[in-house]
Amino acid sequence: MSELQRTPLRDFHAAHGARLVDFAGWEMPVQYRSILEEHKAVRRSAGLFDVSHMGEVDVRGPEAEKFLNHLVTNDVTKLFPGRVLYSPMCYPTGGVVDDLLVYMRGADDYFLCINAGNIAKDLAWIREQAAKFAVTITDRCNDYALLAVQGPRAAEIVQSLTGAKLGLVKYYHFTEGTVAGVHCLISRTGYTGEDGFELYHAAGDAVALAEAILAAGVPRGLELAGLGARDSLRLEAGYPLYGHEITQDISPLTAGLGWTVKLDKGADFIGRAALVAEKQNGAAHKVVFFKTGDRRIVRADHPVLGPDGATVGRVLSGTLSPLLNEAIGSALVTTAAAAQPLQVDIRGTKLNLHLVKPPFVALKKAS
Amino acid sequence: MSNVPESLRYAKSHEWLKLESDGTATVGITDYAQSSLGDITYVQLPKVGAVFKAGDTFGVVESVKAASDLYAPVACTITAINSALDSAPETLNTAPYDGAWMLKVMVTNPADAAALLDAAAYQKLIG
Repeated sequence: MSELQRTPLRDFHAAHGARLVDFAGWEMPVQYRSILEEHKAVRRSAGLFDVSHMGEVDVRGPEAEKFLNHLVTNDVTKLFPGRVLYSPMCYPTGGVVDDLLVYMRGADDYFLCINAGNIAKDLAWIREQAAKFAVTITDRCNDYALLAVQGPRAAEIVQSLTGAKLGLVKYYHFTEGTVAGVHCLISRTGYTGEDGFELYHAAGDAVALAEAILAAGVPRGLELAGLGARDSLRLEAGYPLYGHEITQDISPLTAGLGWTVKLDKGADFIGRAALVAEKQNGAAHKVVFFKTGDRRIVRADHPVLGPDGATVGRVLSGTLSPLLNEAIGSALVTTAAAAQPLQVDIRGTKLNLHLVKPPFVALKKAS
Repeated sequence: MSNVPESLRYAKSHEWLKLESDGTATVGITDYAQSSLGDITYVQLPKVGAVFKAGDTFGVVESVKAASDLYAPVACTITAINSALDSAPETLNTAPYDGAWMLKVMVTNPADAAALLDAAAYQKLIG
């Protein structure tokens, strides 16, 4: 795996017994002890995730807000310093380039967090779109490491390491401060459906910060958690993953992310015309979430069958919910089929898909 | 380092077989197999009375990562299955050689077991 990229924590993971795998070209921990146990630890107490493979981009300049509002579907003008926004970024077709977080640090000063597998594509796309605006795009991917502390005890654990008043940092807000002596952008965000923080910091500080969080967290039930648990946690929470629920061919409206598409925000944006048409004409397909009442995992790309046995779609993501103890997943099906009984055939056994409006489990995010 | 008990025989497809003097045997999957699969979430086993040739698929074991076929290490007839694995497949991750046995079988020709790997040969196979 010598050609894979490594985060500053690669040896930390290996020393803690991680199983390292190739994830989007990065050598990343998929699990330490058990995906199911790490998942439960995050729901019960807390988990520490290395997500340093995610990409960071600075967007600065007098037209930064105007540019970003053109680039993404959500309304960037709603941001104020210290506020975070989730948004898809679309092609003119309405298909998705990536989904990202937009941080507003100050007037003319924004920061983006993008998916690891899309870094090169996103940077090229963002720079191309930025040419007509008075903005400077800076690739900061190698400067930052990113640790996520997630779970009901995350705030208590991070608070024990910082003088920043975390009680004042609400969900989807951030502040800057030191955690265990390491300067961090402390963001109350995450990808698990739990309360928690994502701590952006200088790559050279990653090992010291991870060790400090682990030392403060383990007595409070925190466990190291890998990308396996991250994926089952996000699916249980009903969050999309780029390449699965949203892709170049699955628009945010089809994916059920209409709340992130502000067609009437007062600014034209890339993909707006296509998304207006999709909204007016109705989408041909729909992303649905399902559970089966059975433990057999319904995996990505498995065909979804309509009442007459014909294929009406395919599975996008699937796993076993460690809390529900049954298979859960998402599928892309024709809009007509979404109102009909759906089935999958798993090794000769027909299983009914029970459609669910996620999250699959009750979540206790910070307000 | 995987646990490879001396007293068992092994198939290259990572099942173990414990042969008794009366021609009956117990079958399961190895510590190496459970470790490679990761968190095991589902096990599908055959019905009692089912008859298999060596190498036939007798069931499926599924983990968060993947579903894998299970292969009969020798020709045999199923006399019992471990139904506790239905509700607690994760036992395979912690007790692959005892609590999480899969099958009790009548071996068609007990001499066939000699063709399976011994512990040293299996250890060499898995490295």
